[in-house]
Amino acid sequence: MEEYLKLFVASAITNNFVLTQFLGLCIFFGVSKNLNASIGMGMAVTSVMTLSSLLAWAAYNFILEPLGLQPLMLITFVVLIASLVQLLEMIIKKHAPALYNMWGIYLVLIATNCIVIAVPITNVELHSNFLTSLVLALGSGVGFALALILMASLREKLQYADVPKSLQGLGISFILAGMLALSFFGFSGMITL
Amino acid sequence: MSTLSTPILILIVLTSLGVFFGFLLAYSNKKFSIEVNPLIHIVEDVLPKGQCGACGFAGCMAYAEAVVLNPDVAPDLCIPGKEAVAKLVAELTGKAAAPMEPQIAQVQCAGTHDKAKRSYAYTGVEDCVAANLLFGGPKSCKFGCLGLGTCVKSCPFDAMIMSPEGLPIIDPEKCTSCGKCVSVCPKQVISLMPVGARVRVNCNSKDKGAVAKKACSVACIGCSLCMRQCPYEAIKMGNNLAIVDAKICEEKCSDAVCLSKCPTKAIRPFVTGIVPGTENEASMSLACASCAK
Repeated sequence: MEEYLKLFVASAITNNFVLTQFLGLCIFFGVSKNLNASIGMGMAVTSVMTLSSLLAWAAYNFILEPLGLQPLMLITFVVLIASLVQLLEMIIKKHAPALYNMWGIYLVLIATNCIVIAVPITNVELHSNFLTSLVLALGSGVGFALALILMASLREKLQYADVPKSLQGLGISFILAGMLALSFFGFSGMITL
Repeated sequence: MSTLSTPILILIVLTSLGVFFGFLLAYSNKKFSIEVNPLIHIVEDVLPKGQCGACGFAGCMAYAEAVVLNPDVAPDLCIPGKEAVAKLVAELTGKAAAPMEPQIAQVQCAGTHDKAKRSYAYTGVEDCVAANLLFGGPKSCKFGCLGLGTCVKSCPFDAMIMSPEGLPIIDPEKCTSCGKCVSVCPKQVISLMPVGARVRVNCNSKDKGAVAKKACSVACIGCSLCMRQCPYEAIKMGNNLAIVDAKICEEKCSDAVCLSKCPTKAIRPFVTGIVPGTENEASMSLACASCAK
């Protein structure tokens, strides 16, 4: 149990995918302008990441490894994630229109994002079993949502700040992201996997 | 299995993966398909696509969907589209469009720098929302326009400018009455008014007469003189403030007696684009006077 908790905290905070490994920055800057959108995006990424890494875990352990086709990992995962996202979109559109309206285009945007493929690959590298992959994926998703929501809150505050003209918009956001990453650097070393 | 060579194995695995997901997606596309009413797209094409949200929906697409699918959603909610769009949408959806009166945003305040007193000097962020957080802004009157231009910045049609006297001027040509400024104003001092209205109350102060007068020389002091003078009962009092029913006023009144009776001149004739007590008023009335000649 302690092992899983450690893994969860490690993947959510100390090894936060966005702020310490710099993955998923496209969404991180694209969707963090508004707090509500970032909450929706964080939820969408978390759920897609969890589902896809479980599916990828099954594909790797039951198909690729027994056949000795580990080098096909990347291409298989890409196909898997893209199909899963499409499928998920259809199901949500049909059965939960409210959720679909809230997530909107974000769901499809996730299909091609590096953070979603980073988690299954990390799982393979760590030789995770089913439960640890679940915990890692969930932790990474929560970590991503946390980073996104923190960033969105900061950027909403930023609208009232007197920013020099040359830094307005993305410029100041990059500086802000750097400072946020620096503060997350303080967690490093707290948990070693 | 071990007899198969790796390239063939790769081919088989990848092809079967692709075929599997292809069929899965094709099947679920059928199974989870939703019929989209083609009318929605036609209606969406008619709308101006400013995505201003004045209709109360999240963009033009959302409104098109709602107006087609929900019988309770009126066809005339698109305010920037005005009557022409309302007519088209009503025709397409088979709903009756109520006749629409064009509206314009107006600031219910005449407290220019020289008329409204200040309780402190504000040097913070140039934003009304921020200023409002600091004891309700620098003006002694806690209901008036702060003049820092949050509405000007929010206007999607560039219809507002800030006058040097500290009150926003609304360009009647550009204002589509989308209501963006109404919703961003922290003082709720901006309202939408029918273009044809005759008089307007240029004050938002809910303070008692003496307090209001102390804070601003052109405040409505709630004396109710105008209400008693109006022969058509178009003026009512509420919260120490005169409220004009623009409809009665527009339809019945030919000689606005209320204008001359107001002791503080808080009620003024309503002319679009004029802000009372500013240079803009002086120049516009000159222009009107020369036109009349």
